[in-house]
Amino acid sequence: MSGGSLRPASRGRTDRRRGPGRRAFASAAAALGALAAAASTAQHSTAFDVESGERAYASACANCHGPDGDLIAGIDFGRGLYRRASSDDEIVGIILNGIPNTPMPPNPGMSEAQALAIVAYLRAMARSSASAELDGDAARGRALVEGKGECLTCHRIGRRGSRAGPSLTRIGTARRAEELKRSLLDPAAEVLPENRSYRVVTREGEAITGRLMNHDTFTVQIITSDEKLRSFRKANLAEHAFAETAMPSYRDTLTAQEIADIVSYLVTLRGEERQ
Amino acid sequence: MSIGRRTSRRGGASLGQRRAGASAGAARRRRVMLPGLAASAAIAAAVSASADVTFERILHAEREPQNWLSYSGTLSNRRYSLLDQIDIETVKDLELAWVWQARSLEKFEATPLVVDGVLYTVQAPNDVVALDAETGRPFWSYHHEPSPEARLCCGRVNRGLAILGETLYMGTIDAHLVAIDAVSGELVWDAKVADAADRYSITMAPNAIKDKVIIGTAGGDMGIRAHISAFDAETGDEVWRFYTIPAPGEPGNETWSGDSWRTGGAAVWNVAAYDPETNLAFWGTGNPAPDWDGSTRLGDNLYSNSVVALDVDTGELRWYYQFTPHDELDYDSTQVPVLADIDWQGAPRKVMLWANRNGLMYLLDRVTGEFLLGKPFVENNWWAGFDESGRLLRLPGMEVTPEPKVFKPHVHGATNWAPPSFSPRTGLYYVSHWERSSIVGIEGQFPQPAGVNRRQTSMGQINLERFFNDDDEAYGVIRAYDPETLDVVWEHRMADITWAGVLSTAGDVVFGGGREGHFVALDARTGELLWKASLGGQINSAPMTYAVGGRQHVAIAAGNALFVFRLRAPS
Repeated sequence: MSGGSLRPASRGRTDRRRGPGRRAFASAAAALGALAAAASTAQHSTAFDVESGERAYASACANCHGPDGDLIAGIDFGRGLYRRASSDDEIVGIILNGIPNTPMPPNPGMSEAQALAIVAYLRAMARSSASAELDGDAARGRALVEGKGECLTCHRIGRRGSRAGPSLTRIGTARRAEELKRSLLDPAAEVLPENRSYRVVTREGEAITGRLMNHDTFTVQIITSDEKLRSFRKANLAEHAFAETAMPSYRDTLTAQEIADIVSYLVTLRGEERQ
Repeated sequence: MSIGRRTSRRGGASLGQRRAGASAGAARRRRVMLPGLAASAAIAAAVSASADVTFERILHAEREPQNWLSYSGTLSNRRYSLLDQIDIETVKDLELAWVWQARSLEKFEATPLVVDGVLYTVQAPNDVVALDAETGRPFWSYHHEPSPEARLCCGRVNRGLAILGETLYMGTIDAHLVAIDAVSGELVWDAKVADAADRYSITMAPNAIKDKVIIGTAGGDMGIRAHISAFDAETGDEVWRFYTIPAPGEPGNETWSGDSWRTGGAAVWNVAAYDPETNLAFWGTGNPAPDWDGSTRLGDNLYSNSVVALDVDTGELRWYYQFTPHDELDYDSTQVPVLADIDWQGAPRKVMLWANRNGLMYLLDRVTGEFLLGKPFVENNWWAGFDESGRLLRLPGMEVTPEPKVFKPHVHGATNWAPPSFSPRTGLYYVSHWERSSIVGIEGQFPQPAGVNRRQTSMGQINLERFFNDDDEAYGVIRAYDPETLDVVWEHRMADITWAGVLSTAGDVVFGGGREGHFVALDARTGELLWKASLGGQINSAPMTYAVGGRQHVAIAAGNALFVFRLRAPS
């Protein structure tokens, strides 16, 4: 998803019609190439949706598709590889209605919202498969993350750093090296839905920016840049909208080697929980 | 705390004049003093969310009544709030503020925490959620996937969280203790407390005391040897462990015949109270195992069915009192201990109040463990009194035998785990419990409660069955007791039994409920029903209260949802 192409909040309903016309489009899109799926995403999904989708996936989908989404030939959710669908709406349609004469069953008890949450999770999953070859040095990378890069000003690793930006504690399990590199060089190129920035201005004139946690018709919840959980009633806001990412590009401030070092360090971060 | 509208009233207190004279006077003084403190705290909350919850704040939680920083609100477990916007006159204006629906069909037993406008609770079994306390909208959720080895006697439930600093702590049904960042919802550490494959589990809310998080293990019906363990809150390293059943060579092991100590249960599945003056924390312990047939575990079976007082720095046992020696009726003593300072025989005394599952109510000196007073608070047909040391005596012939006989109270007890409350304003101890009996005979290793009084609705979340009990069998009550005499002052009677706890407030309101799903507000002084709401699901939890946006809220879980009420906004 392009950071500059965030669509207005009215998108969605009209896209989610299902009918013969859309099915025809689905077939054509599938013929054009399954990897096109990455062009679409559940626009308004939040971390909450992704997490909810992950659980729904585990109970409804993982039995056949596998935890990594790659157990069915020709399908690999982790790489965004689908056989018959590309858009969110087409995947939702398949989740809800199944595919006749195939083992893919309908899910009559599932709501469209639940199916959309699964799609949000699949989209997040597609961005998270790990693979990369690097010539960076993780120890140097760590020093850069903690020093010159000032990454902990916004990010958190374990119990150090800030929660304003996405946590890096387990980033090595969530993002591939090339994705990390791209985020360092061109941070607006792709922002996961659950990591988007949101800005509100209260009727009293207070402007607050933070990471979107959740929102609905009447309220919005964010983690503010000073690491507080805040909830606002939209009726009490003079303005509220998605904002550009606060992440700076390191293209001109770090060398290619330094970027490689940082990426080498980040892919080693896989959590420190005790077992 | 004074927030928004309040009225001055309160007349005609009808409870014991003597008591009202002593403690209500002190309460009035406190009431005059508190608004300034509380108001400044409320203002601070408006501009600063998710502040650091130091142990100092938890220890003096009464200074910030807009928050609810531990399972019972305070470490004395009084479940009493200084908030008084909702009082005996305004309570009629309560209306629903929001509902949070859990995606879980397990019993909803957790008491939420509230910290500066953020409400944290647990969706059973082990999902932590952070909600906006004013709207109920979610910030984040944390999912713990329990091991398939987890086995629970009585539901895959959780009773709540602890917080310390910026970290939440939860015990899990597969016997882990997890630390979760209270701002981001991210896992900080995950420590294994015991092995779920050995039938250990955790359902209780932990205690955060000083720099430690302390938790006990459930599974007492499945042959565990339970323990209470303290963990370094920062690192998750285990600091000390106290086994509730002594090993050979330790005092008390001789109260178990043969090797029965190895699998004797004595589980710990409810929160402790903490007394900073003595640095002691107090846990109740569960039944000895096997539950119903004591012939393989002859002796008193220490420290089952006891209260143990441990030094929180070392885990060292300072004193204990055993409520039911050699129990064969599953009379867990895992109730919530309530600490109070009362006048006892003309002198101030630091006491512990304990309405026990065995049908007896106790007053103990919490400094020494001395037994001060005990008496039945429901019908009891096997108790013969106490000896001079406070040891319980049984009527001859009232042992469990293969021949069925009636025991009162029922094997589920007179009360179970639902939290009681103590109001320093009224000086009364509030307990929810029930009256019923059971016929018990050993058949294999499981008792057969039969005959009378089995017709209460089933334990679960939603009432699916109609209710046909006679008025005099298996009914629930919320009663107020005089802590000095343990005599009943008033009661609110319910048709069905109750597993719901109670909350008392400085507005002189007692909130409670029961299996019928009615959430009720009672006059703390008289028991008069002031307000009620039918929530359509069983209440298997305890109420709590907090303030946000200048308004007092009351929260109660019923069915599969958390319901939050506040006064209708002034137009």
